[in-house]
Order: sequence, then structure tokens, then C-alpha cells
Amino acid sequence: MLAEETKAITRVSREALCAIVGAAHVRPAEASDAVAGVRAQMVAEPGSEQELAAVLRYANEAGLCAVPRGGGTKLSWGNPPARLDLIVSTARLNRVVEHAWADLTVIVEAGCTIQSLQDTLVQRGQRLALDVLWPERATVGGVLSTNDSGALRLRFGGARDLIIGMTLALPDGTLATSGGKVVKNVAGYDLPKLATGALGTLGVITRAIFRLYPLPQNTRTLSVFTRSAAEMQRFVLEIQDSQLAHSALQVRFGTDTPPEADILFEGTQAGLAAQETHLKKLAESNRVAETGPAVWKARDRLWSSANTGVIAKISLLPADIAKTVEAVERITAGQKVHWSAVVQATGLGSLRLDGDAEALHTSLRELRANMERDGGSLVVLHQPPGMAQLEAWGNPGDALPLMSALKKQFDPKNILNRGRFVGGI
Amino acid sequence: MLDVRVLRELRSAVGERGLITSPEELHTYECDGLTNFRVLPQAVVLPDSAQQVQAAVRICHRERIPFVARGAGTGLSGGALPVENGIVISLARMNRILEVDLVNARVVAEPGVINLDVTGRVMPQDYFYGPDPSSQSACTIGGNVAENSGGAHCLKYGFTTTHVLGLEVVLPDASLIHIGGKALDAPGYDLAGVFVGSEGTLGIATKVILRILKRPQCIQTLLAAFPTTNEAGAAVSGMIAAGMLPAAVEMMDKLAIQAAEAAVHANYPVCGGLLLLELDGPLAEVEALVEQTNEICRKNGAWEIRIAQSDAERALMWKGRKAAFASMGRLSPNYIVQDGVIPRTAMPEVLSEIERLSAEAGLRVANVFHAGDGNLHPLVLYDQRVPGQQNAAEALSYKILELCIEKGGSITGEHGVGEEKKMMMGKMFSEPDLEVMQRVRCAFDPLQLSNPTKVFPRPRLCGDKAGEYAPHPLETAGIAERF
Repeated sequence: MLAEETKAITRVSREALCAIVGAAHVRPAEASDAVAGVRAQMVAEPGSEQELAAVLRYANEAGLCAVPRGGGTKLSWGNPPARLDLIVSTARLNRVVEHAWADLTVIVEAGCTIQSLQDTLVQRGQRLALDVLWPERATVGGVLSTNDSGALRLRFGGARDLIIGMTLALPDGTLATSGGKVVKNVAGYDLPKLATGALGTLGVITRAIFRLYPLPQNTRTLSVFTRSAAEMQRFVLEIQDSQLAHSALQVRFGTDTPPEADILFEGTQAGLAAQETHLKKLAESNRVAETGPAVWKARDRLWSSANTGVIAKISLLPADIAKTVEAVERITAGQKVHWSAVVQATGLGSLRLDGDAEALHTSLRELRANMERDGGSLVVLHQPPGMAQLEAWGNPGDALPLMSALKKQFDPKNILNRGRFVGGI
Repeated sequence: MLDVRVLRELRSAVGERGLITSPEELHTYECDGLTNFRVLPQAVVLPDSAQQVQAAVRICHRERIPFVARGAGTGLSGGALPVENGIVISLARMNRILEVDLVNARVVAEPGVINLDVTGRVMPQDYFYGPDPSSQSACTIGGNVAENSGGAHCLKYGFTTTHVLGLEVVLPDASLIHIGGKALDAPGYDLAGVFVGSEGTLGIATKVILRILKRPQCIQTLLAAFPTTNEAGAAVSGMIAAGMLPAAVEMMDKLAIQAAEAAVHANYPVCGGLLLLELDGPLAEVEALVEQTNEICRKNGAWEIRIAQSDAERALMWKGRKAAFASMGRLSPNYIVQDGVIPRTAMPEVLSEIERLSAEAGLRVANVFHAGDGNLHPLVLYDQRVPGQQNAAEALSYKILELCIEKGGSITGEHGVGEEKKMMMGKMFSEPDLEVMQRVRCAFDPLQLSNPTKVFPRPRLCGDKAGEYAPHPLETAGIAERF
């Protein structure tokens, strides 16, 4: 997608915004507010859902393009905005509204960080069973919009499976609630799922209701070393086909590093001991070692000093892990591209490539084509500055016209995250 | 009446065997499991492939004929009730399991496949399909997709939407699209998330990609008898507070137990509140949990706890619960099943309020719940032959739903809104909430042809501004509103 002329056609009216959110909460945008290299004019920080909806209505009427922002940790995911005038920050919408612990639900505002939410839940021995990137800064709204998930997804599902209610502010100023605060509810369309992973292109999430899980009584992390990708693949499928009740299973690979798998058990001490014995029967026991929670940060570690590399979210079938590794090796061979990956047993993974910008670009394109052929996908989350821009999402398939129709219904003037989503949405 | 030309075209779309027009045969399709609503369709088509579905929908689209997709017709909210001047598209002939991919734990099925047949196919390899509505031996995957069906085990394993990873869909303009897939998180909007549970209003699924699960190593089923539902409810709260997540927690009150006993002789203890619990997982884990459950139940006043000692005993325990609705026939000539949801902690007050409402109306109410997630199935008993009783029973069942809304719950946990509860939607959601949902419908079905009169209290023409309602052609054509 070609970057549109980013110069604003309309000037953001500071006065209008001040009238809505108060002068203290409007400021001119700075260089650090840029989104994927695109500068904004103004930043507004509404103090309530109603204020946020009013800011959107103003932007919509004035023809201003807006980017919603939570903690800003994943703000550059997706394609660069085709145009950007106003950043709408959820920083002040940061309350945990109601933790109905006996009902295992929580109502939380979109700007609340995941860590601060978890800190509240832990007081009652509960958790949002979602291990996200950078929980100290990442917000509920941002995590939902980007559909970020980690290793716990295997047992507890992704954000889509944990969210049970949502309030969404639309560009025309409508505040709409769907779902509710009970786990089981089929009244009306499931808009919480529609907005999850929509990258803020349909509306701005202002609050969410989640179902919660108890914290485990005990946990144990074991790691298994293998000699080859093929051996690792067999092992992963064997575990998945077993009656082990693990909460997470991931595989770590990389250039010249033999694959290693990590498995997480949660439960009673007796249950953990029995499962460890069971696991050791599946693998040769001298290859199994108790490690610790640090291995579950492997995905986060791919992001350290990310500037120089490419990071992509990959999705494949669980039985295609070895095949995909072989494809990565084949494609990057001779290109002087260094790679590392963390893949969950769900088939979702993170891949990092480092190397010459041109080689990275070529490798990614080939790998994406490969994965799409097998029914998977490759979404580029981070691109190094020197590399020719690669469209972030890949092939959206034959449902794109319907997706565009949805976008048009929710955001007819196309002011939210313009041009950042699949197929130019 | 459909004109002869349209009928001829429909016949050529689905074949001679695939078109039903004789009034006697059409009567089979005039209602679903909610039998007090009946509409005779103009015709029924039974396509055999996605292409035939497309061909039929293409005719409907061109001629502006509304259509209603139908699986086994076991739904309890009138979702498959035909619409006036419309046709029914039955998916009964599309009942093939197209692919079993065990290594990736996926099954690809046509919409007419019966729920239990999915599990049947993968059982030899110790896999099962999670959602288990009580009608699972008859209901279809396509119907489950439409209603986002649950079942007793969805407390732990999730609803249909948790297990549907992808769909092939014929949209109301007859185009064929693919959403989601065998791999997770396909780029783009989560259309599968919004399609599942849309009650047939967004199009017709012609292929469904399902996730299957490995059967746990150990399953233990327990019955615990309490003096009243209050003590039983307190025991459930105790388990949740202890951080337990049983696979299923079902509750029945005295009247429901009596009915189940009369119908299937499940050998339930005679008590005021019965819990049916299932714990599953690794053997050592389940043993520890059974002990903990025992302790919590005793502490909360359970005077008898039974653990199923064999598969046969386990099956019998479940038989009583699964037959609970149908067994009401033993107690009363007619009954209404409701499907309200409340935050679980509100249960004691809601139950005593239901008791009060029941006494006030002079009608008996039996209660069956999925107690773990607060999903109530009050069964309002009445006798149609007594003048005014059906109306009184309906009014009582709606009052119970209002009570659920008041407590922060929902009007439906798994049966769907359908025809039956659409007038309650305005009590649960605000006008803007409903208007935004309608935008989704307008994106999928701008002409409002797919099950057009269901779910929402009022039809709305796409292109209307928010809050402005024009009478829909169907409305002026005489679809009676019930309130």
C-alpha cells in the first residue's frame, strides 16, 4: 500500500478538543508521538468513555484521521497510517471498575495496564489467563486490538475466548455495549470478538469484561532437548496426542541451535508429579530437565534490540512445525540471515530474522508465500528502518469485500487507523 | 405464493428430490423445538452441496425471497421458524464429515452432520468434540454454529465458538467466502467470531472446521444431595473459591428431580437440591479434586454423595439430567423452557424470587441449571387446555428473564434469541447497542433476506440512520408482533 500524502488537509482545532477533554489533556504531538514514522498534530487524553466518544465524533465531523493509543507498545504493528492527525490516548481510562471475584469476572477500562489488572486480580487468587508482551506497559485495549497472546493460549484460549463483554466508541460518537458480565451469553452479535484483533479500525475499545481463572495451586516447567526439528515435531505431536493436561507447550529454535521444548503443568502437587513421570515416559528421561518460568519469556526476548531485525507473527498447523523450520532454513540459507523462533503447540509463533535488509525482504516474501500455500500466515510486526516496506498482513482471502463492508458500516469516513489493516482497510 | 417460474428454478437448482412444496410435507418444517410458534414455509429446498446452496440463495436474492436455514430443527427459541412468504433451506442432506485430521486435532464437517457423530468418528482415537447440548444426538453442527450452542461441559471446555476455527459461508448475496481456517488467527477481522451465534441472520455455513479434544485420562462423576438449592449453590461457590474448575456442575431442584425420576429412573436421591458434578484430568489430579469436592459438599450440608463406579452408572446419572426437559411431560401437559443467565452469586435471591413469582402466578416452575456458569433453565409448567394459562406461563417466563437482566445477566445462555425473545433484546441492550449490531447485519445482508425477522425487536432497513426506523416490507406484510 502506497503511503498517502500525510499532510493534514484540515487543521486540528485545539479549542474544540479542549472543550471536550479540558485544556490540560490536549497537547501538540511531538516527534515521539509518531506512529510508524508518521507524525500526528495533536494528542488528546479523554477522561471518560463519553469524552472519548465525543473526541471521535469531533474528529469524524472535522474529517480528521485518528489513531487510538494505549501503552504504545505495539503501536507500530500493522501498516503505517495512510494519514494521521490526532492521537486518542486511553491513558486516563485506567480503572479496574469491578472485580466480581466470586463470579470470576472483571470489568476494566481500556487504558488499564495488564500488570495493574493482574495485581488487582491476584489479591483474590485469580488471573487474566493471557500472557502478553510487556504487561507493565501494554493496556487492555491495545492487547485486545492487536490480539496478542502467548503460551497460555493452548489451555485458556486467546483474548477472543476470554472477553465476554465490551464497550466500543464509534467514529460517529456512539458508545455501544455488547456481550455482558456473565460467561455464558448468546444474546445478540458477538461484537467483542469482532473488535478483538481489529487493530482499532472499527471503533475504540473503552472497556472490557473478561472471564477469569484461578491462579494455579502449583506450577512446574520442564524442558526437553532434542537433536533435530523432525524429532521435536514427533515429540510435540506425541504430547498433544497424550492425556497430559499441560497448560502450555512451546518450541524454541534458531540458526545453529538445536530445538528445545518447554512444557508447563499446573495443578496439585500429586498431579504435577504424576504428569512429570508421564512426560518422562514419552521422552527419554535424560533429555527432560526442570527449568523455570524464565523460559516462558522466550517470545519477549526475541524483541530485545529489535531495531535491527524483522519480527513476524506466524501461524501454521501444529503438524507443520518441522516443515516450516526446514522452509526457513532453506530460504535463509546462503543469504546470511540469522533466525530464531518460538512456536506454540497451537501453531502460533514468533519469528525473528536478522541480516542484510534486501535479504530479509526476499526471505520474508518467499516464506510468506510458502506458509500461505499451507493454509498459514505470516504477519510482519516489526521491520527494520533500512528495509523496503513489506505489506504487514499478507493475503486476506476471499472475505475481504465483506471485511471492507464492515469497516464501512462502522467507520464510513475511514478515520480510524486508516490504511493500517488487511487489504488496505 | 411463489410463482411457478421461481419454483421451476429452485427445482433445477436442487434437483427433483431436493424441493418440497406439498402442504402435508411442508408441515414438518413449520416450527422447530419451540412449537408454539408456527409458520408454513412456501417451499423447502434440500441442497446437497455448497453450489446448490448458492444456487438457491441466488434465486432468493434476485427475487427478494427471505430464507431460513434449518438443521435438525431442535432449537428452542424459534431460530428455524420459517418466515412469512419465505422458504426454508434445509441442510439435512449435507451431512458428510469431509476430513478428520487427527495430528492437528481438526475435523471438517458439513453443516448437517449430527453433533454426536463428530465425537463418534474420533472416539476410537480417544478424541471428542467439546460442545454437548442435551440434544446432541439429534442436533446438527450447522445449527450449533447458528446458536453458539453450549452444553453441560462448556464450563470447562467452552462453547461452539471456542471450537469453530473456520467456515465456508454462502452470504445472502450468494457469494461463497472462507473465513478463519485450520490455522489460528488468519489476518483480518474475526468473522468466525461474529458469525457463530448469529442465529442464521448472516448467511449459511456450508463447511465448518472444528477443533477436537483429547479425552482426559480420568473422568469422575458425582451426585450430591442437599436439603435445598441454597446449600447446593453454596457448595458450588465453595468450589469456585477454592480455585476449582470442574468439567461440569449441574443442579436440579426438587420438581426437576421428580420429573427425571419418573421419566428415566435415574435413581437420583430425593432431595431439595441435587448437584451433578464431573471432574476430569490426569488420574492423580482428579483423585485430589474428588476428595476436595467431597469435603466442600459435606461442609455445605450434603447428606449423600455418590460417585459413579462404572461407565453405566455415569451414563445413568447423566441420563436423568439430559432428559430433564422432556421429562416435564410427566408432570404437566405443557411447559416452557427458559434460558436465563445470572452472575452465579445472585442465584439464591433469584431462586427465591422465582419461587415468589411462581406462587403469584399459580404455576409450578421446575429448575434445572448449569450451576457453574449461572445458566438457569426454569421450566414453567402449564396446561394449554385451561383458558389463559398459556399466556400466564409466557408472562411468567418473561418475568424471570427480566429478573436475570436486573441482576446483570442475560436473556439467553445457549438457546438463542430467535423469535421467542427478540422483544426482550430492548430490555437487555440500549437502542445504540442494538443499532451497532444491526450494522454488522447490514454488512453481511443489506437486503435482510437471511432469517430476517429474528433476534432483533424491529427489522431495520440498511442505510437508515441510527434511531430512525421505517416499517420493513415484512412488517407491513403482516408479521405479527407479539407484544
